[in-house]
Amino acid sequence: MLKGRHLIEPDDLSVEEIDEICSLAEQMIVDPVAFQDVCRGKILATLFFEPSTRTRLSFEAAMLHLGGSVEGFADAQSSSASKGETLADTIRVVSSYVDIIAMRTPKEGASLLASEYSDCPVINAGDGGHFHPTQTLTDLVTIRQLRGGFEGHTIGFCGDLKFGRTVHSLVQAMCRYKDSKFIFISPPELTIPEYIMENVLIPAGVPYETATRLEDVIDQVDILYMTRVQKERFFNEQDYIRLKDSYILDKNKMKLARKDMIVLHPLPRVNEIAPEVDEDPRAAYFKQVKYGMYARMALISKITGCL
Amino acid sequence: MNVDTIKNGLVIDHIRAGCGWRIFQWLGLDKAPFTAALIMNVPSRKTGKKDIIKVDNIIDIDFSVLGFIDPNICVNIIKDETIVRKINMELPTRVQNVFHCKNPRCITATEHYVPSTFLLVDKEKGLYRCEYCDALYIAGEGGNPVETRT
Repeated sequence: MLKGRHLIEPDDLSVEEIDEICSLAEQMIVDPVAFQDVCRGKILATLFFEPSTRTRLSFEAAMLHLGGSVEGFADAQSSSASKGETLADTIRVVSSYVDIIAMRTPKEGASLLASEYSDCPVINAGDGGHFHPTQTLTDLVTIRQLRGGFEGHTIGFCGDLKFGRTVHSLVQAMCRYKDSKFIFISPPELTIPEYIMENVLIPAGVPYETATRLEDVIDQVDILYMTRVQKERFFNEQDYIRLKDSYILDKNKMKLARKDMIVLHPLPRVNEIAPEVDEDPRAAYFKQVKYGMYARMALISKITGCL
Repeated sequence: MNVDTIKNGLVIDHIRAGCGWRIFQWLGLDKAPFTAALIMNVPSRKTGKKDIIKVDNIIDIDFSVLGFIDPNICVNIIKDETIVRKINMELPTRVQNVFHCKNPRCITATEHYVPSTFLLVDKEKGLYRCEYCDALYIAGEGGNPVETRT
């Protein structure tokens, strides 16, 4: 039963609930018109304390496609946070107006804190370098659509694995499926955080290996998850400049990959995937964007109790 | 050096040498209206030297915090100059407001009304995680948790 629940991290959803959301998203992909009124009369607040184009518009489009309404703000400067209001007060106020909140902040744990003060369900739309569970649902819907299921995949995560919250969330989710294997490809400065190792990978007993060169392991992966080195996560610009072009996926590297591999990316991309790769049928990141909206439609309709 | 025998009170023994003052302050004994003694660098067969705190009063202690600061501590309850109970510490499953998360991106760094809460992840390693941002810390070290790489 998802009605009234918060979604803060991927583990908040059971495997069965993920299947339920993915199945509903797939029905929505096939026949979106059938769902155009299911959230009529419901209001979604998008509280984005950090700039975001894709995730915010995806949430808003999802609610509008379901017949609901949307209000909110797109950066912290246009909220009362700029006047010094606490997050707890902002959430108390907003949750008395709306039926569901989607929230993005640069602060890790902010969505969990918000959920403790909210009268309505809170969806974490990204909290710093921590978790981004609806991107995970997006990734899972995409994997199920394009690979037929979740079991038995070797997933290569490449780029910024330290601050890449989408990576942390997808690792946590895929750990729960049979015969998953991970290959972490990153510079030494941007390796997967220890808390993911200690809390997620080691308890799950999922096999993994690490690499520093993409071309050494690209032929082993079924799903290549590319990430951007995020400027906003660095306190020191020199470190960002040094690391930003660590990995660039181009046609030559794609020649080394399996014919049925798929390339995912949470977007936005900067240099890490050359535009020449976009034409390759294995490049799935723009399909992923569309599936993301359906994943959010399914999630919103379940959490609001409309379906 | 002699410190008077306690009639009714506590002896907090086996404190890691150098950590006694922190615990003395944590318990508010530096402002206590009754007799309290901090004895530092006492010879110890186990550890070479240790600190001991003697309190001439029965006070309420948050044993979970003491266990977090130093799980080797033993608290002796004294009644009529006799030890009536020995309490060995263990790592608490949850500690609150003993220290602050050092992750500058953690929500607790800016929302100061939020209690700093840490949950025991691994008893063997003494590993705790911040309830909000999941940053990891190792207990002990005299209550100055060591932030692990994240």
